[in-house]
Formats: sequence, structure tokens, C-alpha cells
Amino acid sequence: MATVKIPPVLRPSVGGVKELSVDGSNVGEVLRGVAEEHPATQSQLFQESGDLNRYVNVYVNDEDVRVLQGLETAVGPSDTLVILPAMAGGTL
Amino acid sequence: MPSGADLIRQIKERIKEIDPSQVHELTSNGHADETVLVDVREQHEFEESHLPGAKHVPRGHLESRIEGAAPDKSQRVILYCQSGNRSALAADTMQQLLGYENVESMTGGITLWKDRGYEVEVPRSLTPEQRSRYSRHLLIPEIGIEGQLKLLDSKVLLLGAGGLGSPVALYLAAAGVGTLGLVDDDEVDLSNLQRQVAHTNDRIGVPKVDSAEEAIKGINPDVKVEKYKTRIDASNIMEIIEGYDVIVDGADNFPTRYLLNDATVRLGIPVVSASILGFDGQLSVFVPHEGPCYRCLYPTPPPAELAPSCGANGVLGVLPGTMGLLQATEVIKLVTGAGEPLVGRLLLYDALAATFTELKVRRDPDCPICSRDPGEISDEEMGVFPDYEAFCAAAG
Repeated sequence: MATVKIPPVLRPSVGGVKELSVDGSNVGEVLRGVAEEHPATQSQLFQESGDLNRYVNVYVNDEDVRVLQGLETAVGPSDTLVILPAMAGGTL
Repeated sequence: MPSGADLIRQIKERIKEIDPSQVHELTSNGHADETVLVDVREQHEFEESHLPGAKHVPRGHLESRIEGAAPDKSQRVILYCQSGNRSALAADTMQQLLGYENVESMTGGITLWKDRGYEVEVPRSLTPEQRSRYSRHLLIPEIGIEGQLKLLDSKVLLLGAGGLGSPVALYLAAAGVGTLGLVDDDEVDLSNLQRQVAHTNDRIGVPKVDSAEEAIKGINPDVKVEKYKTRIDASNIMEIIEGYDVIVDGADNFPTRYLLNDATVRLGIPVVSASILGFDGQLSVFVPHEGPCYRCLYPTPPPAELAPSCGANGVLGVLPGTMGLLQATEVIKLVTGAGEPLVGRLLLYDALAATFTELKVRRDPDCPICSRDPGEISDEEMGVFPDYEAFCAAAG
């Protein structure tokens, strides 16, 4: 099972945890697995077409899936997926 | 055994000497290219003044460093020192032991050169006070005197004098950055003091740019502070940021971050960007056209529910300190050219787990901003960010 790191803004949608272990042989399967288990993440991760939302960056280990094979990028059990949203806090 | 004076006399008999007038003629009518002029004195003597165009190889490092200055052993090499003795000894070593075929020592050294009224170069240096203040920088080879002079000449703009801006301002002032620009339209509030360490209890209600200026001057009165008590927007950004060498982005909202990105790509100014939320921080350096830009990393802003910058959010008080000091470090690296800047890489810091994660950031060949000729980016296009205010309002 791959490890999925959940960013702070999505943690309320997955019961407050920082990491999930999810089955799947590619990025699409793993992320759809997250959305099935935690339906609140569905619209945050995916467009209605099933593609990833453009504002969600996903990395397999340290590489952006946009430069790999997107949702088709292969994922092994020892891989880590990082879901990364933009943050803008600074002067706060 | 001969005395020291006898030895120098003997050596001067077997090496070739040259009069300063001949060296002057050689350097002033453009034949200097074929000749290497080397100052063999100590560092502090060279720094005080030296012959124009001279390379510096202290006699103590002659054998190990001369080949860097004069790689061709058949080339004409003229050595000089203060009065002509050390250069004679060095010329002898080069001739006898290192196989240089055409070495000369200048008679009377730089003293006679100056007596003849010929010009010397006085390199820029630090005042005794600066030498003391920055002594720990001068001891690190990656900074040294050259790096310190670069810092003193540099102009760094801080977007925001709050959580991130405070530590950046304090440490860059301490490091000797020559000019610090501060952009912030806010006043110091009691709730800021949990993390905004440039401000103090007795300055509550004071504009942040004034309060930060006081903190900066308290650490290093030589720093020039440029204050902009305003919010940066499309109408003033070009005017404010032009002329700065590096910009530190600690903006608290997405429209400003996109606007800053577009304007800095247009002007070719590097941005050291950080953001913080709760216990998490992100950091990257965007150097226009050398690496990706902010829009390559985040092509589209998130919707309001995933964009916590719309309202006030909690943050661990020390987190902007951690991230701000990483920003200050990257600024110093960019200014001095030391090390590997965080270009094309995004650093994530999780304070609760005490982990750093590094992700790769690629340039987007179709980036709407940085894939184009900067001259083609129009004022109207900068910071285009449709409906942002509307959805921030919707998020309440």
C-alpha cells in the first residue's frame, strides 16, 4: 500500500490524519481510493470529468505527476504520494 | 652561511630586475596582455593598494598558487612587493625550482612605483568598524570580504513586515544588506506580538514599517530603510519593486503572490517565497527564466475552501521565524552567489513531525508568464486572477 500525505487543508476531510495508506497501482487508483474512503475529498481532488483539479499538485516521491504520466503514473507499495495545495499565509 | 642581506644580494645578481618606469610603460601602452603582473605581498598590503591589473599571489603561497595566475611557464611574469626584496626571492624560486623562463622582479617595489608618481588601484574595502561587525562573515570563505561587499551593495525588498518579514528584516539587517525596502500598510497590533518579533509592546498602534525600521536601525544603523506604507497592487508594483536585487515574498494572499510573480518575471528579479499555516511551511526560490516561476508551481489558485489565506488562521508563533530565516539564508546565498539556491525545488517543513520534504518544481513550457519574452507581458495581464475577491467573500 502506498503512503499518501495529506496537507493541512484536507485533513478535516479525512478525520484529521496526516497520512493514509491506500491500495492502488497508479496515482489515479490511489487517489480514487482516498476519495471513496473519504467522500469529502472527492470534489477537492477531482474535476467532474475525473481529471485532477488544476490547483492540486500531486507528487510521487519528489516528482510532480504532471511531468510523469499524470493519473496513470505507476505507484509501488514503497512510494509516497504528496498532495500539495498552494498556501499564501505570510504576514498573517 | 651568508646573512639574509647577503643572500638577497646574491639572488638579485642571478635574477633579472626591471625598473618601475619600464613596467609603467608596459602597462600604460597596452602590452600588459602578454605579461602577467603579480603582487607577492600579504593580503592586507594588497588590499591597501596595488598596481593596476596586478594579480595577487602572496609569497607564502607562491608554489601552490602561481600556476593559477601564470599557467604558461614561458610567459613573461613581473613580480613586485613593497621594496623589491620579497619579489626577488619569489622570482628566484620561480626560476630555479618551478621552471619559469621569463621572470623579473620590479626594483624598489610599489614604494618606488608610488614615489615616481604612478597610479595605484585602491580596492574597496571595509571600515575598521565594519571589519569588526562582520568579522564572522569574513572568516567564512563563501562570504569573505567580497561577499560582504556584495551584501552591503545589495537592495532587498520585503513584501510584508509581519510574521515572515520580521525575522528576515532583523537578520538581513544584521548581515549588512545595504538597503532594506519594507512594504506594509498595517499597524502593530497586540495579536501580532506572538510571532512578529520586529515589533514591540510599546509600538502597538505604530505603522509596521516604522516599527520595523526602528528594530533594523537598533541592530545596524548603517542599513538604509525604504518604507512603503501601502498595499502592493497592479497600480504601484512596478514602481516599488524596480531596482531591487531580490524580493522576499511573505504576502498573506494569493492575488498579491500572482501579481508579484508576473511583475518580477517581467523585470527579471528573483523572489524568495515562503508561506505558513498552522505547523506547516513551504519555501522556494523563483529566479526568472533560470528556474520555474510561481505560476509553474501553482498554475491555478485554489478555491476559497482550500485557500485559507482568505481569513485569519492560526499559526505556531515560531513557524514564521523558522521559515523567515530560511528565506533570509536564501537571500544571502543569492546576493553572494554562495551555495545552491532553492531554485526548482520546494521545501516543505512540518513542525509537528520535525521533518523537511523536498519536491522538484519544473518549468512549465506552456507557462502563461515565464514561457514568454518578458517584454511581451502587458500591464493588463499582470496578476490576472479572476473572481478571487468574489470567492473569498463567498467563503466568509
